[in-house]
Amino acid sequence: MNTFNNNSMKWRYLKQHIFFGLVRASALIITLALGGIIFYIVYNGIGAISWDFITKPPTDSMTKGGIMPAILGTIYLTVGAIAIGLPLGIASAIYLTEYAKQGRIVRFIKVGINCLAGVPSVVFGLFGLGFFVILMKFGSSILAGSLTLGFLILPTIIGASEEALKSVPQTFREASLSLGVSKWQTTFRIVLPNALPGILTGSILGIGRAAGETAPIMFTAAAYFTSKLPGSIFDEVMALPYHIYVLATAGTNIEATRPIQFGTVLVLVAVVLGIDLVAIVIRSYMRRNKRW
Amino acid sequence: MTRQTKEIIIKYIFFLFALVSVIVLGLIVFSLFREGLPIFGKVSVKDFIFGMEWYPTYDPPNFGIFPLIVGSLIVTLLATVIAVPLGVMAAIYISEIAPQAIKEILKSVIELLAGLPSVVLGFFGMVIVAPWLQDTFDLPTGLNIINASMILALMAIPTISSISEDALYAVPREFKEASYALGATKFETIVQVILPAAMSGISTAVMLGMARAIGETMVVLMVAGGAAAIPESLFDSVRPMPASIAAEMGEAPFRSGHYQALFAIGIVLFFMTLFFNLVADYVSHKFRQIGSGTL
Repeated sequence: MNTFNNNSMKWRYLKQHIFFGLVRASALIITLALGGIIFYIVYNGIGAISWDFITKPPTDSMTKGGIMPAILGTIYLTVGAIAIGLPLGIASAIYLTEYAKQGRIVRFIKVGINCLAGVPSVVFGLFGLGFFVILMKFGSSILAGSLTLGFLILPTIIGASEEALKSVPQTFREASLSLGVSKWQTTFRIVLPNALPGILTGSILGIGRAAGETAPIMFTAAAYFTSKLPGSIFDEVMALPYHIYVLATAGTNIEATRPIQFGTVLVLVAVVLGIDLVAIVIRSYMRRNKRW
Repeated sequence: MTRQTKEIIIKYIFFLFALVSVIVLGLIVFSLFREGLPIFGKVSVKDFIFGMEWYPTYDPPNFGIFPLIVGSLIVTLLATVIAVPLGVMAAIYISEIAPQAIKEILKSVIELLAGLPSVVLGFFGMVIVAPWLQDTFDLPTGLNIINASMILALMAIPTISSISEDALYAVPREFKEASYALGATKFETIVQVILPAAMSGISTAVMLGMARAIGETMVVLMVAGGAAAIPESLFDSVRPMPASIAAEMGEAPFRSGHYQALFAIGIVLFFMTLFFNLVADYVSHKFRQIGSGTL
C-alpha cells in the first residue's frame, strides 16, 4: 500500500495541516507587519515628543521647534471635510434606504458611488486644483482642501450610513407610520436617531482617512511653511501628512530633521489610529449591547 | 401646502442629495478634461501614451508617458501577486478557521492597517525598508520596484481581505454541511466547495485591491525611486503615474504644456481605475451568489 495514495486519510489530513499552517502564517505576517510598523514609529518617534513639540511652531527654517501649526491645519481640514461629507452622505443614504425604489436610477447612483470610492487620491487632488482652486477661484485654501477631502470621504460615509439605516428594524417604521406620522417625520424622528450611533462610528473611519490623506491637499490647501496661523478659510495651512512628506523628501536638511519627522509621523498615526480605534471599540460595544 | 405635496418635495430633495456623488464624478471628469485636453494640441494621443521619453521641462519638451504607465503597471502587478495570497488566506482564516477571540483581533488589525495614512507607509518604506534592502542586496538604491510593491501590497491587503471575507461568509451553510456529510475534510471543503462558491466576491476583492494599488500616490512617490525609464530588473527605480503628478505639479507653470500633460496623466489614471471598478461592479452583480439556487 502506498501511504501517499490520494485517498489515504493520513495524506488528506497532512494536506489540511499544511494548508492551515499557511493560512495561519498569512494572518501572522499581516499582524507582524502592522505591529512592526507601529513599533518602529513609536520607538523612533517617542523621543521627539514633548509638550513644546505639540504646542510650538517650527523654528530655524524647520530644523527645530514644534509642529503646532500642522496639527491645527489638519484639525481645520478634517473638521471642514466632516462638515461637507457628513450631511451630504447621510442625506444620500436616507434617499437610498428610505425613499428609493430599486431600479435603474438607484443602480446608476450606486455605480456612481462605487466609482467615486475608487477615484485615486491624487486625481481628487487634480480635481480640487482644477475645480475649486482655479475655476471657483478659492485659491489654495482651507476651503478648497476641505471640499476636496469632503468629497473623498463621501462614499465611505454613504456606505456606513446605509448600513446603519438598514439595521433599524422595519417594525419601528411601521409602528410610526401606523400612528399616522408622516414618512418624513418617521425618518427624521424615529429612524435617524436610532441609526445615528451606527452612522457616526462608521463615518469615523472615513474621518481618519481625511486626516491622513496627503495627495488631495498637496495642490489644494497645504503649505510648506506659513509664518502665521490661518485667519480665514481662504488661507493656506500646514498639515501633518504634508509636513512629513516635505521634511522627508525636500527639507533643507533631511537627515538632521529625522527626529522631527519621526515625531510628526507618531503624532499623525496616534491621531488617525486613535480615531479609528475609538470607532472600533464603540462599534463592538454597541453590537454586544444591541437592544433589538 | 398639503401633507402629500410636502412629502413629495422632501423626497425629491433627498434624491438631489443622492445625486451628489454622480455629479462630483462628472465634475472630476470635467475638471480633468478642461485642464488636460489642451495638451493634445501639442502632442498626439498616440505619442503621449506610447512615447518613450518623459522630459517635460526640456526645450522642446517630450511628453511620452509610456515609462510611467509601465511603472504603474509593474508595481501594481507585483503588489497584487504579494497581496492576493496573503489577503485571501487571511480572509479564509478569519471566516473559517480562527476562534472567535482571534477573529475579532485580526479584524481590528486589518482595519487599523487600512487606517494607516499612506504617507506613513511611504515614510516607513523610505526610512526603514529602503536602507535595509540596499544593505542586504548591495544595491545602488533601496527605493525601487520591490520596495514600492511590498508597501503597496500592505495597502491592498485590507481591501482584498475584508471583501473576500464578506464573500466567504455569504456562502450558504448547507454547502459546508453537505460537503462534510460526504466525508470531505475541512481543507477539502474550503478549497473545493467554499472558495469556488465565493469566487465572484473574491475576484471583486482582487479588482478593487488592484484599483487601490494603481491609484495610490504617496507610497510610489516616496518609495519607487522616481526614474522615468522602462525598468530592466525588479531592483530598478520607476516613476509610476501618480508619483509624476504629485512630484511635478508644484513646479509646472500654470497652464503650461507640462501642467496640461500632468492633468492628462490624471485622465489616463482616472479611466484605468474606473475600468477596474466597473469590472469589479459587473463581476459582483453578474455572478452574484443568491442563496443556494445559483449553483
